[in-house]
Amino acid sequence: MAAVFDDIRLEDIPVDDVDMQDLEETYAVERSIEFDRYVVVDGAPVAPEAKVGALQKVLTKLFSQAGSVVDMDVPVEEGRTKGHLFIEFEDAGAARRAIKMFNGKKLDVKHRLWVNGLDDMERYGRPDFSTEYREPVVPEFEATEYPRSWLQDETGRDQFVLQKGEMTAVFWNRNNLQPENVVEPRRNWSNSILNFSPHGTYLFSFHDQGIASWGGPQFKRLRRFAHPDVKAISMSSTEKYLVTFSSEPLEVSDEPNEACPFGPESRGHQLCIWDVATGVCVKTFALPPQQQLQWPMVKWSFDDKFCARLGPGAIAVYETEKNFQLLGGKVMKIEDVQDFSFAPKGIKLASNRPNDPPSTVMVYWTPESNNQSCKAVLIELPNRRVLRTINLVQVTDVSFHWQNQAEFLCVQVDRHTKSRKTIFTNMEICSLTAREFPFEKVEIKDRCMRFAWEPNSDRFVIISRSENVNDNPAIAKNVVSFYAPEKKVDKKGVIIDKELSIFKKWKLVRAIDGKFSNEITWSPAGRFVCVAAIGKIGSRNENIDFYDMDYPNTEKIINTATDVNATLRDVAHINYASATDYEWDPSGRYLAFWSSAWKHKAENGYKVFNLAGAIVREELITDFNNFFWRPRPDSLLSNSEKKKVRKNLKEWSAHFEEQDAMEADSATRELILKRRNWLDEWSKYREACKQTLSESGLSICDCVELSTKDEDCELVEEIRETVVEESTEEVPFFEE
Amino acid sequence: MRPIMLMGHERSLTQVKYNREGDLIFTSGKDNVASVWYAMNGERLGTLEGHNGSIWSIDVDQHTEYAVTGSADFSVKVWRVRDGSIAHSWDTRTPVRRVEFSPTGDRVLAVLDNVMNYAGAIVVFSVTRDANNQITGFNSGLSCEILTQEGCAPVLVASWSYDGKYIVAGHQDGKISKYNGVTGECLEIKDLHKQRVSDIQFSLDRTYFLTTSRDSYANLVDVETFEVLKTYETDCPLNSGCITPLKEFVILGGGQDARDVTTTSAREGKFEAKFYHKLFQVEIGRVDDHFGPVNYIAVSPQGTSYASGGEDGFVRLHHFDKSYFDFKFDVEKSADAQKKVDTADR
Repeated sequence: MAAVFDDIRLEDIPVDDVDMQDLEETYAVERSIEFDRYVVVDGAPVAPEAKVGALQKVLTKLFSQAGSVVDMDVPVEEGRTKGHLFIEFEDAGAARRAIKMFNGKKLDVKHRLWVNGLDDMERYGRPDFSTEYREPVVPEFEATEYPRSWLQDETGRDQFVLQKGEMTAVFWNRNNLQPENVVEPRRNWSNSILNFSPHGTYLFSFHDQGIASWGGPQFKRLRRFAHPDVKAISMSSTEKYLVTFSSEPLEVSDEPNEACPFGPESRGHQLCIWDVATGVCVKTFALPPQQQLQWPMVKWSFDDKFCARLGPGAIAVYETEKNFQLLGGKVMKIEDVQDFSFAPKGIKLASNRPNDPPSTVMVYWTPESNNQSCKAVLIELPNRRVLRTINLVQVTDVSFHWQNQAEFLCVQVDRHTKSRKTIFTNMEICSLTAREFPFEKVEIKDRCMRFAWEPNSDRFVIISRSENVNDNPAIAKNVVSFYAPEKKVDKKGVIIDKELSIFKKWKLVRAIDGKFSNEITWSPAGRFVCVAAIGKIGSRNENIDFYDMDYPNTEKIINTATDVNATLRDVAHINYASATDYEWDPSGRYLAFWSSAWKHKAENGYKVFNLAGAIVREELITDFNNFFWRPRPDSLLSNSEKKKVRKNLKEWSAHFEEQDAMEADSATRELILKRRNWLDEWSKYREACKQTLSESGLSICDCVELSTKDEDCELVEEIRETVVEESTEEVPFFEE
Repeated sequence: MRPIMLMGHERSLTQVKYNREGDLIFTSGKDNVASVWYAMNGERLGTLEGHNGSIWSIDVDQHTEYAVTGSADFSVKVWRVRDGSIAHSWDTRTPVRRVEFSPTGDRVLAVLDNVMNYAGAIVVFSVTRDANNQITGFNSGLSCEILTQEGCAPVLVASWSYDGKYIVAGHQDGKISKYNGVTGECLEIKDLHKQRVSDIQFSLDRTYFLTTSRDSYANLVDVETFEVLKTYETDCPLNSGCITPLKEFVILGGGQDARDVTTTSAREGKFEAKFYHKLFQVEIGRVDDHFGPVNYIAVSPQGTSYASGGEDGFVRLHHFDKSYFDFKFDVEKSADAQKKVDTADR
């Protein structure tokens, strides 16, 4: 039987003192709803209630791009939507993506969406949320040291870097004297090599975390470029941008991270472009699909206004000043394009007006296809005007060789015979400053392996090898050929054929066969060229040959052709079989060869030669790895100023010889300084003498010059008669 | 350099002088006869005959009109260079050691020996000239007499400074002194050498002079301040030294005393002419050809040749080679180069 408690009213039961803590604990509702999965969308269209379904459908589709939408709540009031709505995403990441992707997005002409996290709404609504504009904190300006300080060296010396084992040191070149340290040698400066930028301003070191740039008089660290596991770097033409390539695709976390220089769009990319001065990553690229990797993958125009990449059937040209947008908004589609190259300098095209800025020129080639011949095409950027096209047949390969001033372009065309058994080379040389871009063809029997223009000039050297001869590797069969433009002069040296100075014809100056030589290196100042056989350790003969293209004594030259603008002479033959690398100093006076332990372990060290092939300095260093000169920017002197320097060279050289003597020995140095002082004192003393003499109306006199005027001279004629021989002879008298 | 031997004196040479144009050389010797030579080929133009004793000194005025000689026969004679005749003769109290025309040629100084109870002195004769530089009158009286100062040894050599403003004298005890060229007032005395001052020769503009001494030193002294500018240390007693025009050199000559010569070989005699760099004070070359000490060295005002008169009785005339003119220290070369570049810039 059930007990009836009629007189008990529920209201009267005191519940306040009932301990329900255990129940509350058990049934407590999880309050921590993940608000970060919700976003508030504002600015959506205000629609009648009937259209809510359609609106939801559209928006769900849109927001699904960021992640799957779990729920969407569209509040309705008085039969119309309120213009804002709530979306629940599957996870917080999707919500964040949605905010990033759609905040500020224009849905149509009238509606722009404002997307915020629900968390944020709460934060914005809090009374302590300040809507006042706060000045962003600008980091204090830190002055860097002058990055080109080394150019201000009083004696204009060059720097070079030596790497030995873990140690790296930077030195001043002091000719044949012990080099002077620029900074203390450093241990583990770089994981592998170090690299100078093309004009020598920055030194780059490789690390696990990325690249670091160094510079200034003390080689302090300037910037870090955090690109893990960088394998290769390259610099743009004006040292503004750095390109890094890593074998590992970039991993970018979804969390926005101050320290990470990359945005989420860079995920998986392997190529980064950095602003060298600020250290900011300006662009990243994924690798083009299915392509053989060619370094450098990003090529730059001479003024860094454009950079370009080769893709399958296209060249992508980017405008650096417009945030690396594609030029004209799209890639340049060129079917089957194989390679391209920018002119290294701006070109004053003949069709340009005199005051036009120099043009950016690019050249590319496409191979033969079923119904088209092989083509090499010169185009002008940014207007993509085709300047010149040449058609080629039976082509195996094409490579481009620009002269450093971009006055000439050599298109090296490796052609095959019809049987495809042998390959030979044609040089198609284009004069870019001439009207109509004339091409001049130079034919070679063999295949050209190396080609090198003389800097700032119109001469070149090639190494070629015949393919259909004995393949015994012990037989030297490379041919070194020197080419120069034809020059027709009469006996007095006056140019007869003036047309040749406009339409150049290249002529073989001399071919030297039976060589192992495989490298050509011109002095940066021109005139002198060194041809070397590198990596032929077994060779006992001289493997490095120095040549002078303007030998002054024409009796000793080795030209085979005389009507050319060159007087060739072999000035020296050197044997340095263990050499693995070489580099000219930026002034073009010294050529360094070195034997790197990275390549082999024999005779590691370096040797520096002068122009004439005489050894200036040599060192044998175990574990020696690398030697490289610090490049210099282009000279700021105008041509007329350079001419003046050349004219006064004799005067200057006296000055330099004195400095050399001072460098050689401190005692001499003191003496020279003392003498200089004496000389100064003396001229001051004489100046004072002039003063005292002028008081008496006299003038200073160091030597009595004789008058050369006719009236002061007297002509004395002296006639001398010398009797050379006197003999008496009896002449018989002939009567008959 | 191939020297031209001027053989004409029978006894040792005492002084050798170029005229201003550098085409004539005037030489005096102990053999009573002075000679005039062509500097170009060493031919003798003529002789100045008339002294009855050794001629200690000879000088020519800047117009090459008159020559003056001072002799041990107690006379100073003025000669016409044109014909070698005597224009005038002054008698002196004692033998004459040194004579010299003032730069303008209106006065002649003579250094008188300290013999016969005479302390020795520098005396100045004056002449008057016309517009053609011809001497029209010889004043018989002395225009000035500078007796040897108290505390000083007798004067041996003396020379005029620029404008005839000062007379600078070298003493037996190595002192040098400076006098007002007009009044003869003593202005300054300086201890310079340890032994007798053998020669004083001025630079072309007569603002500084070179002293040589038997103590083997030569000094370059500014006449105005009387301060030593440069010092040259050599390895033998010096008899004479000159300052080369054109190049910044000095030529010093000397050798052992005449009386010691017979006891040593020529090699040890140091009878060379020594070339020193005037500013850097280092020896840069020697010319070794006299058999006896070099008594006097003179260089042509053009700086193209020099002549040395020796104890051996010969005058040797050297025309400088190209290498002499080309020679420069690196410091000078670079300074010249700098100058050239600077002027080109301007």
